Amino acid sequence: MKLRSLLIAGALVATAAMAAELTQFSPEKSQITFVSKQMGVSVDGRFKKFDARITVDPAKPETGKVQLDIDLASIDAGSSDADNEVRGKNWFNTTVFPKATFVSSQVRVVGGGRYEALGKLTIKGTTRDIAAPFAVKTEAGGAWFDGSLTLNRLQFKIGEGAWADTSTVADEVQVKFKIFVTGEVVPNAAKK
Amino acid sequence: MTPGRYTRTAIALHWLMALLIFSAFPLGVYMHDLPLSPTKLQLFSYHKWLGITILLAAAARLAWRITHPAPAMVDMPRWQRIAAHGIHHLLYVLLFAIPLSGWLMSSAKGFQTVWFGVLPLPDLVGKNKELGDLLTELHQSLNFGLLLLVGAHIAGALKHHFVERDDTLRRMTFRYKR
Repeated sequence: MKLRSLLIAGALVATAAMAAELTQFSPEKSQITFVSKQMGVSVDGRFKKFDARITVDPAKPETGKVQLDIDLASIDAGSSDADNEVRGKNWFNTTVFPKATFVSSQVRVVGGGRYEALGKLTIKGTTRDIAAPFAVKTEAGGAWFDGSLTLNRLQFKIGEGAWADTSTVADEVQVKFKIFVTGEVVPNAAKK
Repeated sequence: MTPGRYTRTAIALHWLMALLIFSAFPLGVYMHDLPLSPTKLQLFSYHKWLGITILLAAAARLAWRITHPAPAMVDMPRWQRIAAHGIHHLLYVLLFAIPLSGWLMSSAKGFQTVWFGVLPLPDLVGKNKELGDLLTELHQSLNFGLLLLVGAHIAGALKHHFVERDDTLRRMTFRYKR
């Protein structure tokens, strides 16, 4: 049967495409947001510019690799006052340390569809080993890697001097990421 | 209760309100253009907590006032009575409008109000910079109005007390002996 063999061939191609490694990070769809606590009040923020080099098979995330670079000056910390403040010396000191990076080539299977990317996070000249838990969700054309983790800002000297007081701005900052990776070469992303 | 005097609860609420307003108002004037610092974040929180306390006290006061009529007014010319009533009404309006405009302004600026750091109030509007700036102006204008009205309110009370030497101010005090 012609139709049947076509369907089988189609299914095989689809399966092959599913199993293929995704390598094209989508900066338009991906998001990195965070929630800080100021005087007991949650304040939302995000980074507008970041880039990632990712190689991952959504069916086998444990073989994935990632290098994420976040442009710290692209921060939206909730208000223009706060944006200017956190770019400064006491916080990220973006003129000296423009980028935060996360490099991981080891992914642990947690079970139940959950994974942990183990790697090194560098912010403001301090590098620490962290585990970023995430889940995978495939979608037409690619896959989402979503997760969140809590960072202690003072471990990276984010907020020095008077800002080190955690009764005003809490030490814990909840960071959330939604990274979309496709298999296709997106013309814009390809140039980077 | 001595005839002609406000109830003890009304008197207590009046002076509590005065104390709260005389704390929140100068705090607001002082803090608003401080450079960003932990102190500024703290002062903003204290100001917001005071504001919500004023809103609650205003609700309690209005409820008390509706159920407990004010004592008859001291004899005075008709225009003074109308002016006094008008100012009282406008003050009541501002006791609600000012904290509400501050609450909405906080929401529009993306900073939720959490009363005493414990009780989160819902954000009645979403984050919106233009709306936030508009509400900031409204909050300031209403406070300027409050300043004028409180000035007239105090001037009237003092004039009655020291010039006419009548019971207008004494009706609002706990010690009422004639």
